[in-house]
Amino acid sequence: MTAMNMIQALNSALDVMLAKDPDVLVFGQDVGYFGGVFRATEGLQKRHGPTRCFDAPIAESGLVAVGIGMSVYGLRPVVEIQFADYIYPAYDQIVSEAARIRYRSGGDFHVPLTIRTPYGGGIYGGQTHSQSPEALFTHVTGLKTVIPSNPRDAKGLLISAIEDNDPVLFLEPKRLYSGPFDGYHDRPVQPWSKHPQSEVPDGYYKVALGEAAVVREGSALTVLCYGTMVHVALAAAEASGIDAEIVDLRTLMPLDIGTIVRSVQKTGRCVVAHEATMTCGFGAELSALVQEHCFYHLEAPVQRVAGWDTPYPHAFEWDYFPGPARVAEGMRRVLAS
Amino acid sequence: MRNRGTLSLHIPQPQNRPGDAPDFSSLQIPPAGALERPSIDTAARALAPYAYTLIRVLDEDGRAVGAWNPRLEPQLLKKGLRDMMLTRAFDEHMYRVQRQGKISFYVKSTGEEAVNVAAALALEASDMCFPAYRQQGFLIARGYPLLDMMCQCFNNVRDPIKGRQLPIMYSANAYNFFTVSGNLGTQFPQAVGWAMASAYKNDDRIAVSFVGDGTTAEGDFHHALNFAAVYRAPVILNVVNNQWAISSFNGVACNEEATFAARAIGYGLPGLRVDGNDFLAVYAALQWAAERARANLGATLIEHYTYRADGHSTSDDPNRYRPADEWQAWPLGDPITRLKQHLIQVGVWSEEEHQSLSDEVATLTRETQREAESIGTLATGSRPDKATMFEDVFEQIPWHLQAQMKEAGV
Repeated sequence: MTAMNMIQALNSALDVMLAKDPDVLVFGQDVGYFGGVFRATEGLQKRHGPTRCFDAPIAESGLVAVGIGMSVYGLRPVVEIQFADYIYPAYDQIVSEAARIRYRSGGDFHVPLTIRTPYGGGIYGGQTHSQSPEALFTHVTGLKTVIPSNPRDAKGLLISAIEDNDPVLFLEPKRLYSGPFDGYHDRPVQPWSKHPQSEVPDGYYKVALGEAAVVREGSALTVLCYGTMVHVALAAAEASGIDAEIVDLRTLMPLDIGTIVRSVQKTGRCVVAHEATMTCGFGAELSALVQEHCFYHLEAPVQRVAGWDTPYPHAFEWDYFPGPARVAEGMRRVLAS
Repeated sequence: MRNRGTLSLHIPQPQNRPGDAPDFSSLQIPPAGALERPSIDTAARALAPYAYTLIRVLDEDGRAVGAWNPRLEPQLLKKGLRDMMLTRAFDEHMYRVQRQGKISFYVKSTGEEAVNVAAALALEASDMCFPAYRQQGFLIARGYPLLDMMCQCFNNVRDPIKGRQLPIMYSANAYNFFTVSGNLGTQFPQAVGWAMASAYKNDDRIAVSFVGDGTTAEGDFHHALNFAAVYRAPVILNVVNNQWAISSFNGVACNEEATFAARAIGYGLPGLRVDGNDFLAVYAALQWAAERARANLGATLIEHYTYRADGHSTSDDPNRYRPADEWQAWPLGDPITRLKQHLIQVGVWSEEEHQSLSDEVATLTRETQREAESIGTLATGSRPDKATMFEDVFEQIPWHLQAQMKEAGV
């Protein structure tokens, strides 16, 4: 075990896989010599050589397409899109190609590609460095979508993603890279070292895709969340004194419906929380599933807490970000009805 | 005082529209055999003139002339002729099948057979092809079973891709032929990625990809050229300039001062412009590019100058946007006729043998169609098992798809 922040854990996952499997390559803008703008690939080129970890032109569609071609050859490439906000030029390659090649070829070809990209707000990044576009990808059948919330999961999930034979979009909550940010932007920043999930096993291990984790057991209500919002929900439960059960989904597609249903049937109340804009967000899917699977156990309508339906506004970072106060308010709403 | 003239917007127009007499007199066509064949290690910059001319081997009398003559054995030439004729017969046949309402859609490659067949024969069978949707000749030249192609078009129970796609969207991993997308140009940078992987693994296989002239306007075309150039990928990137993108003439995709081959120059790649109706010229260009790629000297862009003799697909009527007889006036002729003339000229072929081969490929396609149709067609209700509809979305079927299978009654 080594204490790591999330960046170090991701770096360790890539390092382990580069050492374990000669078919793993890592590339993207600034990831080679420099080690990435967030340092996720620091030292990898030096340790594994320039053909294993290298810089790429600023062309997201080209990056993903090249990753697809390498996958078709038989490699397991890991592509980094520097910010999720810049992934849209690659949308056609992800949606029409990576996600559909297995199906459209009748299983003749498949694409074991991992696309890593930092997402989410809380870093004063404005509308081009703060978006949470997960729902645009969970809607795409054939694609897996993974979002870790702590270093230990981040490493194990990334190794699973790289070894998966389907394309995986690996969204990294960038506000969590250096610490378990709980939404209290006006309090001192907590480092990961004080968090139990910063104890990361050395070497190779996996956290299975498609398995949620109950990160806080409770009886009053269930909060379904992922990424940064896991820590925000925990803070909201503590601040409000509400005995919330908090489920960290970890993988959005395929979703761990069993854990969700067990929790909501137990508590009878459900809050869905994400940073992404509310309308047609992943919370809408979660609300629908909870309604379909748990209707007769529900004591109140499902409540959603999400980013407002505006672009991410730079000067209004904390008016926009759904912090602990808003999550607690959502909890009170679901308890009041 | 500055000149404050009135601006006007230029909208490009083709030279010939329905009702016009086809006129190709403005095309600059160098004589066959006029160009030197540069050594494969020539710097890309020194090759720039090849992007603005036409590599031609077969002259008007059917003789193979000049430095680009690949000097192929008659046996290979006859195979090329047969594959081209089989492709044309297959296309004619499937076009009629579509008109009879037995398949939903079809795309012919008439007039472009030399590009596909010569490219396939100039490469190794182990080289990976990332096709557009008009490369059926490539697949035929690799010996892929006609029956499988037809069963795909019929979407019947033997459709290799399980009824998942429109007719002609073949996939043949065992023949190193990537699944046809239908989205334009996506395969071009994928081919570059495959080639980079091959180089990374110190393999000796190279990649080849095709797009049409219209698709060169897509961003992925440019991404492919840039990545190929930056990483010196062993890939041959082909633009089949058949003059038309559905109803849009190629001047809409590329300012007429430039050529598609010249797109290579800015990326530091060789760009060769080839008479696409000249089997030997296409073969020679692919062979040159393949030698260069295998020698670790990187990618080549090849523009095949040809003409789409028929509609874009069965869904458009070309007579509504271009002169009906334009194909007859095309100055570079018919690729099958030209190779036939060459074989006769060198004394290894005759009109009788040609007629007999023509009959043979017609019979073969007719009999294969009969067999495919006896297996079934979408129209007669033969199709893969409905349960397969939910397979291959993911490697394993997740719970939500299993629930939907149940709901669908499978």
